[in-house]
Amino acid sequence: MALSAEEASRFAVLLEENQDTLVGIWTDRVAEGLRGRLSRTELQRQTADLFKGFHLALAGGATDLTHEPADELRAQLTELSSNRARQGFSTTETAVSVFSLKEAILPKLGDDVASLQDYIAFSAFVDAAALFTFDSYVRVREELIADQAEQLLELSTPVVKLWEGVVAVPLVGTLDSARAQVVMERLLQTLVDTGSPYAIIDITGVPAVDTQVAQHVLKTVVAARLMGADCIISGIRPQIAQTIVALGIEFGDIATKATLADALRYVLNKSGSRKPRER
Amino acid sequence: MERVPVLKIGDILLVSIQIDMEDQVALQLQEDLADRIVSTGCHGVIIDISALDIVDSFVGRTLATIASISRVLDAETVVVGMRPAVAITLVELGLSLPGIRTALNVELGMDLLARQRAEEYGDEDDEDEDEADTPAVTAS
Repeated sequence: MALSAEEASRFAVLLEENQDTLVGIWTDRVAEGLRGRLSRTELQRQTADLFKGFHLALAGGATDLTHEPADELRAQLTELSSNRARQGFSTTETAVSVFSLKEAILPKLGDDVASLQDYIAFSAFVDAAALFTFDSYVRVREELIADQAEQLLELSTPVVKLWEGVVAVPLVGTLDSARAQVVMERLLQTLVDTGSPYAIIDITGVPAVDTQVAQHVLKTVVAARLMGADCIISGIRPQIAQTIVALGIEFGDIATKATLADALRYVLNKSGSRKPRER
Repeated sequence: MERVPVLKIGDILLVSIQIDMEDQVALQLQEDLADRIVSTGCHGVIIDISALDIVDSFVGRTLATIASISRVLDAETVVVGMRPAVAITLVELGLSLPGIRTALNVELGMDLLARQRAEEYGDEDDEDEDEADTPAVTAS
């Protein structure tokens, strides 16, 4: 049952007349739901703002949340839910901040049938507003998750210079296609930038090596070779060595070492055998 | 038709490909190189592909053919400066360019050739070659 224009203006008047009491009751209800995680003054300010938003929307004759007079209200709801989402409140706690308005307003209405109808219509309006907070809450949360996933991707794939002409990639965590792609591109770009003819891929931090992970690592090694750099795989734990053999993964003529130290010694030996002669 | 210049630096022929490798250009380069290796008696060829965005299967095969031809003429070929994107594409296509030596840049490519000559002819030759190489490296 949608709000009609007369009902909207009636409620606008009602809100205006009882502003202080309604904001008071509303804040109490919200505070109950949040169990003291926000200060009373903070809540008071938030509900007063929202209250103004509702009043403006209704006074402007908005019978639906999508109407133009409700623009400000929508912006306030978005801000409220995004703040709550970032502060770690649950969806219920966020939605209660809006729903409580209904409880606050009920005692202010008369007992007759007309008031009841008004109330139902108004309640539909508040419901729509609460649903809107749900939507923006979820959207903000999803943005947060996407941001974090991206940060994780950035964080987890450093390419470090280990020695003159030797770079290393310590892989940590599961290696899926997206990450493998990032690692490959980073490593190859670093090879070009630093002109290092040797790269060590350390898989100590990779919890499990299956055929897919092996495939990604092999591709990286072959690509590096095409560019003229040698790759060594290090940090193969005993269980992983067993898995590799059990799965029948062939590393061919790619050098594999047990630890990063072994790999570095191997590389230094290889490059050291020519370095002194060149000087 | 555009041609790729072949520069002689010391004992090495340097080919820097700066234009799109069309099939005809690639074949012309193959012929030019064979001629120049014979006429100059150089023992090393460096092909710089750092300006190439695309290396298709034909160019890949031509590079392999050039390497084989020059090996027959006693010159070692090194392909240098392949871009990461090109390398990834080649791997995804399953082309690993067997028989082609690669290096990250011209300098490392020259190192590689010098090292190889040294292994073939002993250390004495290496000293001579290194001295001959040094001005060439700074010039490039």
